Amino acid sequence: MVNTKIFIKNLNLWFGKKQVLVDVNMNIAKKTVTAIMGPSGCGKSTFLRCLNRMNDLTDGVKITGEITIDNKKIYENGTDVPTLRRKVGMVFQRPNPFPKSIYDNIAYGLRINKVSRNKIPEIVEKSLEAAALWTEVKDRLHESAMELSGGQQQRLCIARAIAIEPEVILMDEPCSSLDPAGMFKIEDLIEKLKEEYTIIVVTHNMQQAARISNFTAFLYLGRVMEFGDTNQIFTKPKEKLTENYISGKFG
Amino acid sequence: MRKFNQFIGFTFSKLAVSIVILTLFAILLFIFKRGFSVLNPSFIFEFPKDGMTKGGIFPAIIGTLCLSFGGILFALPLGVMGAIYLSEYAKSNIVIRIIRLGINNLAGTPSVVFGLFGLAVFVKFFGFGVSILSGSLTLGILILPVIIRTTEEAITAVPKEFREASYALGATKWETIKKVVLPVATPGILTGVILGVGRAAGETAPILFTATTFYTRYLPDSIFSEVMALPYHIYALMTEGTKSELQLPIAYGTAVVLLFLVLGINLIAITIRYRARKEKKW
Ligand SMILES: Nc1ncnc2c1ncn2[C@@H]1O[C@H](COP(=O)(O)OP(=O)(O)O)[C@@H](O)[C@H]1O
Ligand SMILES: [Mg+2]
Repeated sequence: MVNTKIFIKNLNLWFGKKQVLVDVNMNIAKKTVTAIMGPSGCGKSTFLRCLNRMNDLTDGVKITGEITIDNKKIYENGTDVPTLRRKVGMVFQRPNPFPKSIYDNIAYGLRINKVSRNKIPEIVEKSLEAAALWTEVKDRLHESAMELSGGQQQRLCIARAIAIEPEVILMDEPCSSLDPAGMFKIEDLIEKLKEEYTIIVVTHNMQQAARISNFTAFLYLGRVMEFGDTNQIFTKPKEKLTENYISGKFG
Repeated sequence: MRKFNQFIGFTFSKLAVSIVILTLFAILLFIFKRGFSVLNPSFIFEFPKDGMTKGGIFPAIIGTLCLSFGGILFALPLGVMGAIYLSEYAKSNIVIRIIRLGINNLAGTPSVVFGLFGLAVFVKFFGFGVSILSGSLTLGILILPVIIRTTEEAITAVPKEFREASYALGATKWETIKKVVLPVATPGILTGVILGVGRAAGETAPILFTATTFYTRYLPDSIFSEVMALPYHIYALMTEGTKSELQLPIAYGTAVVLLFLVLGINLIAITIRYRARKEKKW
């Protein structure tokens, strides 16, 4: 694929003696949404956290294989991990705004990344707008982010992630703690964001995967059972296991 | 039978708590009764007079304030940095175990030993003399274990989610500690400061040879001045006085002031902590 943003080749991962990812191969195209599905504990979060090297923070993790983003091997010696993470943003399963003001939540990443001071207010506004949160919070920017509702907090986390202009956004079940209204807002947002960003989203919700993604990967016990066009996966799955999962026979 | 056991258990816990509280009140009441007669504004704002049989304890109050804040000034940065190292950077190995063992032993060392150490090192070796500086440094070492332990606990209690959020935005470990972990841990660290200041204000032995004087007619004018201090003042009145019937009430009055000073310091810190907690609920 000419437009491939991320190459994942023979990725294996162990936590201590326990192997969690097994020979994962996947190519992810630029400016698309890829959904990662699979039963609990199959390694979806772990896989996602390989892409911004978040697993580095866990003790006793061992990783083999190759991940290449924009022709750079991210596990090569000498990779600057903070720079990688700036480029590959992440939104977590549980909204985790900092216990700071709404404004400072977004300014934090900008300050860390040495964005010049006088540009910050403008970027804060732009990011909140992009995350469809601006009108709700524009009069209370300096109030604590902890006062926001769960859905608002999650959109704030998305705003925080896009403020530093990443190229890839990883989302780990971003709607799992939200009510349906909050969920649809995030889905609309993902729809919009894919014009600019390469998005990989873990989801438990099959309708959601079908609604928002271009490609879908089905993970089972740390292996990619099937990966391909979302339409095809949902209408004509090649694997029996995928079909069973989609039809709700297990999960 | 199990109900009965539970009844016995609860009764004994209640009894124990009552004894503790009663003892506390008995002590307070006793000290108040003995010291009440001398308590008035001039007792607080005047110098001692007539061979310490009259007048106030102003220089001792000032001295104790200087010494305890001086102690915190040294112990806080050192303790916080130490705690950051121990909780964030150190891998669990032999060296860390030895450091922790050292800190725990430091916490259990009798305070007079700190006094001797301060005398040998700060007063004599560094030549700071008997002074606020020597006393503060000695008290600083004394309260270091408290600061380190509470800071470490506060840092460890910071939710993992906040750190991950910070790393995910491209922050380095140090930036994460400085701008996310420490601010969140501040209320907890303040607990250590409260405990530390209280301890420093009340100790006699560490400042006995390093900072205090029996009597001075001057307020300190530099960190090299020697000072009077409340706990030592009590000690001096009780042991070196010649007119004990006049000096005893002053000693009890001084004790009351010392109690209230520590209480006041604690209240300030608790207020700061309460405010910080309220702002940062998660
Ligand atoms: N830090 C860790 N240490 C050890 N095992 C872990 C760790 N994180 C996850 N695991 C294990 O790895 C497997 C995959 O976990 P995860 O990636 O969180 O699954 P999913 O997100 O698909 O539910 C699980 O069996 C889990 O118990
Ligand atoms: Mg997960």
